[in-house]
Amino acid sequence: MLDQLISDPTVRFVAFGTLKILVVFGVLMTFVAYAVLVERKLSALIQDRVGPNRTAPPLVLKIPVLGKLLQGWGIFQPMADGVKFFLKEDFTPDYVRKVYFWIAPAITVIPALLTIAVIPFGSRLGGEPMVIADLNVGILYTFGIVSLGVYGIVLAGWSSNSKYPFLGGIRSSAQMISYELAMGMSVVSVVLVTGDLNLGKIVEFQAAHGWLVFYQPLAFVIFLVSAFAETNRLPFDLPESESELVGGYHTEYSSMKFALFFMGEYANMIASAAMMVTLFFGGWSLPFVGAPAGTWLGGLLHIGIFLAKMIVLVLVFIWVRWMLPRFRYDQLMDLGWRRFIPLALANIVVTALVLAALKS
Amino acid sequence: MTKVVDRKPLTFYERTYLPTLLEGLKVTARHFMRSVKGGNAALQLGDGYYPEVPWQVAEGYRGAPYLVRDQDGNTKCVSCQLCEFVCPPKAIRITPPGADGVPADRPNAEKMPREFEINMLRCIFCGLCQEVCPEEAIFLQKHYSLTGLTREEMIYDKERLLQLGGVHAGIQKWKHKLEEAREQDTFPVKTD
Repeated sequence: MLDQLISDPTVRFVAFGTLKILVVFGVLMTFVAYAVLVERKLSALIQDRVGPNRTAPPLVLKIPVLGKLLQGWGIFQPMADGVKFFLKEDFTPDYVRKVYFWIAPAITVIPALLTIAVIPFGSRLGGEPMVIADLNVGILYTFGIVSLGVYGIVLAGWSSNSKYPFLGGIRSSAQMISYELAMGMSVVSVVLVTGDLNLGKIVEFQAAHGWLVFYQPLAFVIFLVSAFAETNRLPFDLPESESELVGGYHTEYSSMKFALFFMGEYANMIASAAMMVTLFFGGWSLPFVGAPAGTWLGGLLHIGIFLAKMIVLVLVFIWVRWMLPRFRYDQLMDLGWRRFIPLALANIVVTALVLAALKS
Repeated sequence: MTKVVDRKPLTFYERTYLPTLLEGLKVTARHFMRSVKGGNAALQLGDGYYPEVPWQVAEGYRGAPYLVRDQDGNTKCVSCQLCEFVCPPKAIRITPPGADGVPADRPNAEKMPREFEINMLRCIFCGLCQEVCPEEAIFLQKHYSLTGLTREEMIYDKERLLQLGGVHAGIQKWKHKLEEAREQDTFPVKTD
């Protein structure tokens, strides 16, 4: 009976799909929580501070050496933060547009989570492909979903009905729309090289032929910078601009609604890091362990490789935040429209010409 | 006259933004490495972090103002009320002894305050009271972390200020005046 159920493809699909969704969601949320911690700790170290080193659940300090170390690293800080966000008063100002005000945080988080669905985070594990949705139009899907993210921020800025969030919302809409163009165009040249829109196939191409970052360094630079702009990270965090817009679009938010924006930002960061690993750094492949894994150990190793690459890129995201000052708004627009879009277009043309020349 | 600052146009390399990136990376990496090696101030000055290991303040630090006693344990303040007058946030309030109040606890000083209050919630630690005091009776000391559970608790009265202030081994103006006066009395008048 059970064997029959397992061999039934529909049951298999539903069961493994649900399992993968749950596991990926859990891992992603853990990553988000700890990305916040790493951000705080790293910024503290860069700025000659100490960073979170106080939080510890009651019994942990009883563990000899290790307890103190874990406390010093702030390992338990994310849990305290989570509890704090849940317990804070969820304040809705009187002057906001309630419906949009409530919807906006969700609209910000959902696209970030949805993009993860098409990313192949491993090759195979026990015969199952390690991707939640193996779409043939993976890249198109990602770009479609990512561009929805701007609605959350714009709605938050507009529905807050006060000036700073409004300015933040306007800025973000202009910024995200302009950088989406550059980002999309930089990926076109990648697609030209691989000849496939399926992210899994792109990774397999890289496993066979080497990482795409070596074929398309310019596309990678454009994609990286655009990713910074798309995720509202410094040096392009104009929608947030703590110093001028007192937090920008999420000024009026508190408690869990604010936390959703926060989680959305970090989830976006992780998603774009994962996207970059997939598109440019060979996904789960390393130069010497290329082929899709047949064994469980190999499958786990591939997932580990993918996560390691992703963590490195997330660290780059975090490090850059404490390295560069914010761009001025006109400089940002100038960089997007007058530098990156022409460069990306030129890159597409050159790539196409080279490919055509190689073929003939 | 306006002075025109000559701004050199950026070279192509500079306009690529790369030198800025590298410089930023260098600075942040340097600070990061220093912090990782335990180079932060808290660890270098003490051997722990703030609430457990109090912060070491430098010489000349301007903390909370307290009244001081002289070497003989007498109140130095003579209730002249100059500090009360000069205090920018009006944190000091002095109640003079009045015509028939308690006399000063040291000879030859005319009076001492009946009550001397500093509201530490108002005090801005500017040091004008110390500067203006003709008797060197009030000093900004090294306390910086003043806490209390009520507002009333944060108004420090004379006893508390004197107790916190301790002894200041500085000039003893009135003691010298007294000695001078006594010398006047016993001054041997020379008669040839």
